[in-house]
Amino acid sequence: MYVYDSYDQRIVEDRVKQFRDQTRRYLAGELSDEEFRPLRLQNGLYIQRYAPMLRIAVPYGLLSSRQVRKLAQIARDYDKGYAHISTRQNVQLNWPDLEDVPDILAELATVQMHAIQTSGNCIRNTTTDQFAGVARDEVIDPRPWCELIRQWSTFHPEFAHLPRKFKIAVNGAAQDRAAIEVHDIGLEAVKNAAGELGFRVSVGGGLGRTPIVGSFINEFLPWQHLLSYLEAIIRVYNRYGRRDNKFKARIKILVKALTPEVFAERVDAEWTHLKDGPTTLDDAEVQRVAQFFVDPDYRALVDENERLEGLDREHPGFARWRSRNVVLHKKPGYAAVTLSLKPTGVAPGDVTDKQLDVIADLADRYSFGEVRNSHNQNIILADVEQQSLFDLWNELRENGFASPNIGLLTDMICCPGGDFCSLANAKSIPVAESIQRRFDNLDYLFDLGDIDLNISGCMNACGHHHVGHIGILGVDKKGQEFYQVSLGGSSARDASLGQILGPSFAQDDMPDVIGKVIDVYVERRTEEERFIDTFRRIGIDPFKERVYAANH
Amino acid sequence: MQRIIKNDQVVDESWHLLPKDADLATLSNSDDVIVPLSLWLEHGHALRARDGGLGVWLDAGEEIEEIAEQLDRFQVIALNFPVFTDGRHFSTARLLRERYGYKGEVRAIGDVLRDQLFFMKRCGFDAYAVRPDRDPYDALQSLQDFSDSYQAAADQPLPLFRRRNA
Ligand code: SF4
Repeated sequence: MYVYDSYDQRIVEDRVKQFRDQTRRYLAGELSDEEFRPLRLQNGLYIQRYAPMLRIAVPYGLLSSRQVRKLAQIARDYDKGYAHISTRQNVQLNWPDLEDVPDILAELATVQMHAIQTSGNCIRNTTTDQFAGVARDEVIDPRPWCELIRQWSTFHPEFAHLPRKFKIAVNGAAQDRAAIEVHDIGLEAVKNAAGELGFRVSVGGGLGRTPIVGSFINEFLPWQHLLSYLEAIIRVYNRYGRRDNKFKARIKILVKALTPEVFAERVDAEWTHLKDGPTTLDDAEVQRVAQFFVDPDYRALVDENERLEGLDREHPGFARWRSRNVVLHKKPGYAAVTLSLKPTGVAPGDVTDKQLDVIADLADRYSFGEVRNSHNQNIILADVEQQSLFDLWNELRENGFASPNIGLLTDMICCPGGDFCSLANAKSIPVAESIQRRFDNLDYLFDLGDIDLNISGCMNACGHHHVGHIGILGVDKKGQEFYQVSLGGSSARDASLGQILGPSFAQDDMPDVIGKVIDVYVERRTEEERFIDTFRRIGIDPFKERVYAANH
Repeated sequence: MQRIIKNDQVVDESWHLLPKDADLATLSNSDDVIVPLSLWLEHGHALRARDGGLGVWLDAGEEIEEIAEQLDRFQVIALNFPVFTDGRHFSTARLLRERYGYKGEVRAIGDVLRDQLFFMKRCGFDAYAVRPDRDPYDALQSLQDFSDSYQAAADQPLPLFRRRNA
């Protein structure tokens, strides 16, 4: 992974100093609440329902074991002993004291971490595929490009006060695990006929109140021009994006208002001036960054199919786990393993300080000392030898990471919701738990197969409910917490937004409602058909009829 | 008298910033004035005939392209921040310096607070009328907030990667 040099380190340390002084001035009354707000947000600090929440940046989800240990220690010393993996691959602490935040940032800086631009109206953490660099279907490793974007966007002086937050995602594989089409800018690394590297550029995708799938405005942007082109897009947005209404301020609204074609023309007009300027990337820089992402010292191994299948027969639990939580690796004899942070009864994405220490330890022993956070709120050991899988599985079981549910209904994406978030209309964690409890039969879950269930506690859509095959949104109905259900969303390459099923439901009804939706699927599916495919084939009406029929 | 930051120092302000509804008739001939864009667009000719210094100010929604051909007429171009979270003129300042090669003073006016100053400077501002209820000497310190930056901008023509790999 990328290692700071003295420049990177100094910039992060300067930030700690700056924020320490800003916090001091705020506590001394020299900065009003309103003035401090954007400053603390650009450092990931929210004032939450019960306490502040600090969002720590995990650039494109990558962490070293040393960093994981530091997070464990911070969770222990400054929080209630747990941390939360967010849907943007970041880490959140829910109970730090405001006064302690400068010290926490100083601690983070000692392991090359920070909370820069994890919130606020600026360019946020760039996200990517959790299997970057190891996926078999990868065309280009997106991580060096993410790091280049990270550096370019860090304290970009022109874009510190955009109309609204701004999210960039990069994908380099055949499958899109980074959901690029629902980002403000989505970049897909591609090669042209001559074998040269470039990017397909999508703009104006996004969730929130007005979910939109992005539009591709450039089919092949040569890599040299990546940063100047991004600068052109964001300059057009900074100047012309709406600032009069917070709910219409995302770039998607501008792109829609102008039409993608006109927006693309504006960007091109701006880019003409920036193109070939000093921001143009060169081989030297790309190589400098790329060298941090070369393969670790893989051993020459072979795939262990027979041995693993033998173990499968002896240990059905292992077989189940392997079929859901282990994926193919580009290197023979290796595998990428997802640690499920979704056991029933634990808020999705939560880990304790002790578990973090265990993860760091496992990373050191099994996976070259690195882990990745996924936007599905799980943690991945990306480089595990297949011959160690059985041992690893046993260790994961002891530590609560072996729920064999990756990609299944119970592997939900869920925002913190009303238990923590002051913007929430409704709680999300108890709904997740009640559904997990309802679907506690593993055989049945396996039979249902791939289903993305995403829950957000309000319109802000941190739980990505629009792109869940099943989406659940907390709404306020005359002061009561209710839930709206949508079906048919997808964040994959064939991205689509869910359709609302109908009137919302009370919390207690949710497991039954989801149960009926699943019943319709089971009855109507053809063999091997995934939930999303059945939905696309039969449409929403059969689901509607079933769910609402019972109400009368 | 207001004190402002100019070229990294706190100095006494000598220019008069005229409000949006300023009237040509009330203008003295010899004062140094910063006029609203509308006044310039309407009375450019008369304004140029005066003896005093001339500047123009743009509100956050006003575009520099309107006067791109006339920039050499102004000793000062002031850019207004109605609220400090309105970042449009960060782009304007860069355009002034980097695209139009404007060499005069680029001044931040309006809701100008110390924590914006470092970025403003990078974008090409060289004068800051810090909000009157704040101490400009305090604000001065923020110009040193960071010892280096990744991007090319008005203050640094080379991005860090070009210097780092040199
Ligand atoms: S979706 Fe709403 S409730 Fe959930 S974390 Fe985001 S803002 Fe909070």
